[in-house]
Amino acid sequence: MAKEQLLSYEDALDKFEVVIGLEVHVELNTKSKMFCGCANVFGSEPNTNVCPICIALPGSLPAVNRKAVESSIAIGLALDCQIAPTGRFARKNYFYPDLAKNFQTSQYDEPIAFEGKIDIELESGEVHTVLIERAHMEEDAGKLTHVGGATGRIQGAEYSLVDYNRAGVPLVEIVTKPIFGAGDKAPELAAAYVRAIREIVKAMDVSDAKMERGNVRCDANVSLRPKGQEKLGTRTETKNVNSLRSVENAVRYEIQRQGYILANGGTITQETRHWHEDRGHTSSGRPKSDADDYRYFPEPDLVPVQPSKEWIEEIRASLPEMPSLRRRRLQEEWGFAELEFRDVVNSDLLDQVEDTVKAGAAPQAARKWWTGELARIANAENLVVQDLSITPLQVAQIQKLIDAGDLTDRMARDVVAGVLAGEGEPAQVIEKRGLKVVKDDGALIEAIDKALASQPDVLEKIREGKVQAAGAVIGAVMQAMRGQVDAARVRELILERASK
Amino acid sequence: MTELVFKTAAEIADLIASKEISSQEVTKAFYDRAEALNPQTNSYLYQSRENAMAAAVSADKAQAEGKILSILHGVPIAVKDNLTTTDAPTTSGSKILEGWVPQYDATVVKKLRASGLPILGKTNLDEFAMGSSTEYSAFGPSRNPWDLDRIPGGSGGGSSSAVAGHLAPIAIGSDTGGSIRYPAAVTGSVGAKPTYGAVSRYGLIALASSLDQIGPVSNTVLDSALLQDVISGHDPHDSTSLKDSLGSMTDAVKNADVKGLRVGIVKQLSKDGFQPGVKACFDDTIAKLTAQGVEVVEVDCPSFEYAIAAYYLILPAEASSNLAKFDSVRFGLRVAPEGNPTIERVMAATREAGFGPEVKRRIILGTYALSSGYYDAYYGSAQKVRTLIQQDLEKAFSQVDVLLTPTAPTTAFKIGEKVNDPIAMYLNDVATIPANLAGIPGMSVPNGLAQEDGLPSGVQILAPAMQDAQMYRVGAIIEKLYTDEWGSPLIAKAPKLEVK
Ligand SMILES: [Zn+2]
Repeated sequence: MAKEQLLSYEDALDKFEVVIGLEVHVELNTKSKMFCGCANVFGSEPNTNVCPICIALPGSLPAVNRKAVESSIAIGLALDCQIAPTGRFARKNYFYPDLAKNFQTSQYDEPIAFEGKIDIELESGEVHTVLIERAHMEEDAGKLTHVGGATGRIQGAEYSLVDYNRAGVPLVEIVTKPIFGAGDKAPELAAAYVRAIREIVKAMDVSDAKMERGNVRCDANVSLRPKGQEKLGTRTETKNVNSLRSVENAVRYEIQRQGYILANGGTITQETRHWHEDRGHTSSGRPKSDADDYRYFPEPDLVPVQPSKEWIEEIRASLPEMPSLRRRRLQEEWGFAELEFRDVVNSDLLDQVEDTVKAGAAPQAARKWWTGELARIANAENLVVQDLSITPLQVAQIQKLIDAGDLTDRMARDVVAGVLAGEGEPAQVIEKRGLKVVKDDGALIEAIDKALASQPDVLEKIREGKVQAAGAVIGAVMQAMRGQVDAARVRELILERASK
Repeated sequence: MTELVFKTAAEIADLIASKEISSQEVTKAFYDRAEALNPQTNSYLYQSRENAMAAAVSADKAQAEGKILSILHGVPIAVKDNLTTTDAPTTSGSKILEGWVPQYDATVVKKLRASGLPILGKTNLDEFAMGSSTEYSAFGPSRNPWDLDRIPGGSGGGSSSAVAGHLAPIAIGSDTGGSIRYPAAVTGSVGAKPTYGAVSRYGLIALASSLDQIGPVSNTVLDSALLQDVISGHDPHDSTSLKDSLGSMTDAVKNADVKGLRVGIVKQLSKDGFQPGVKACFDDTIAKLTAQGVEVVEVDCPSFEYAIAAYYLILPAEASSNLAKFDSVRFGLRVAPEGNPTIERVMAATREAGFGPEVKRRIILGTYALSSGYYDAYYGSAQKVRTLIQQDLEKAFSQVDVLLTPTAPTTAFKIGEKVNDPIAMYLNDVATIPANLAGIPGMSVPNGLAQEDGLPSGVQILAPAMQDAQMYRVGAIIEKLYTDEWGSPLIAKAPKLEVK
């Protein structure tokens, strides 16, 4: 497909005001599905987590998963929403083979949560308050695989397979109000918003929050209007935006695409568009129009959800600290420089560093381990550092031994290697590998004397003030002691000898 | 001793409990008769001697081990074919489900099995329970044992003809607008629609979820009471099922007395539109009650005038959505047009071939009523009428214990007489529909034969929601007034069916 023509980003922003709106779907990590007892797990054999309810056999009826309601309320509260005292489910009717009932059980005019807000901080430190219109509960559809076509899409496919394992998995859809005034930061704000939602649901442990698995999915609405115009422009809804980078790129692309059309006197078609990360553009999907009639009506098979005030307060009380507040607190407590802290955040290592600090390590030492040595090892082995088989407690134990002078840095790295190799706890690795700083200076002094004797000019040089000459001897001593001494102590002893 | 098949369920249960007969003997007797007479009545769509006898053997075995599983232990039963059964095809009277054997038992079916009631077979109905005569069944109409050229009522004409013709002592029906009560009235039998939610709908192939209710069909009020006690109770699989017990219907029947009883006659349902003979039977019932010292007052329910209109918006709306799952993808009929059709075309071709005319009519009606722009005028207004009807009833029940109406406007009409006149067909339910719209219990009890055609008439008893026991009490009072007069239940006057 030919790429559409684009206006330069600068020109588009010069001429138009950007308005965005974001719909984020969060897949909840409840044990069972939204309306039946089937397991809610990723990656099972197709159609193994199914039952009469989620494949819509005649006669079956839904029953609401209480935990999913709880998670939805928690998300609403985390986004500063009001919680509806009574919320009804509704049927959204449309035929599609991945939708077993040919209607989606969702919420329409009575969402469980509404009227919220969240502050989003951009890279520059500038903060935007995004208003939340609603967060409502619904169920996911099954997964279609189109077989036999060149593209893997439905067009041209010979046949399609349906896997209903995902059918009925609980979702919370969070819808923002139109976001104005982000200007050239609109794409960044969109991505930062999705990141913030992802962090929140992850921190609350209501979702696995893996975008690559579709646990968090974003539909981005973009419209432009001439500067100064009150009326909103026609919007497009870009679907299939499933990474933070894609969110940013897709919004930016739509600004430029719509900008070109409008700048050349054209009109925007209200439609669904698809984002193609590989090719960096959106393509036209279904036009949206009045013909798009979902015939919503209240779901007669379910009674309204009526969370009691006590229950809501119980959920509110159990909310964890929100990620942005936690970051502010930790940065203050740890006293990291801006860059150091961002490094930890961007590597998603806040938990590890925090737990290591809690287990007794100094913040800087904890940070260095995780973003330094451990990140390096993970990288070399093509792993994510979080998946390394070493715990924050173990890292803290090792660091404490360094601080006590019982391990040198090099020995500590050996201990880490041993723990990662499955040789046991740090203490066991130290024992097995014979890693012990020699604290008895007798052997050390003997080695130093031996080294000095073989390089007689060194003492002379030191006495003349050329202290760096000690380096040559330190190396020889460390070698003789097989590294099991602290280099600083060796240096101290050499200087002591020279001063005699 | 009366032949086994002419005994009531209560009598049979007593004989089994006292070990005078076995479940196997009685099940065999009914099965033999049903097998021989079904070609005439077409009551059953499916019969299985093997299934029925296996269940009877189990019931006898349990009894031998000292386990009486319920008050109807060992009594065979017929089940309407819109309840799922794992050991028998479940068609709901439609070609689209022909041959489908469900993977699960409806909750009521499970209860019957656990209560030791052998299932004789699955009974005929109008397709998806849409109709008042069984003429819309894809598998031919059932016939009224009083006159085989006449309809046995609908949609549950299979169950009513089976019970009235003694092809089963009792049966399960479902009632969305009168599908239990209307067939009972025109076959001289008894049928009750419990309070909405009293009996689990799980496994009932939904017509209109907010109106559907499963209930008993029998030849006496006591038999219906026994069966309602067996099948009712909370079911976590049906969110709309009541949490509270409604008490014992059996006790209500056994302890029925007229003391302090106040009955209401609905102004809007006691004057015009009734066959003279039916009206005469109704007046006779009122006269009999008055003679017993029962206080009779007229109550005004002005919104009943809109009941049919509201019903024929709500029902099709819900049905259009409930029937969307019949799309050929996961079960049932699949019709693939020539060539390489898209899924849309396969769905359309399947639904075109699989659904009958009345089902299509209602899907179109319902789809239209829910369409954007029409929702408020149709579905929205209909829901308001529903509220008004509830308010009318509340007011009426503040003055009286129960309301009485003729169940049906006429006695059984001839097969073919109204099949091309849907409006005339819809009017059969004028008296029964308000109970479904309001969720209150209603039952039909025989009250004589219309003088002009000698066919049975029924009186309907409506009670406030949750007061099913009150309804059974009045049902038992009325039944006794007539059996005292006739010396037997009305059904004994029915012509005897002969095996041809
Ligand atoms: Zn399931």
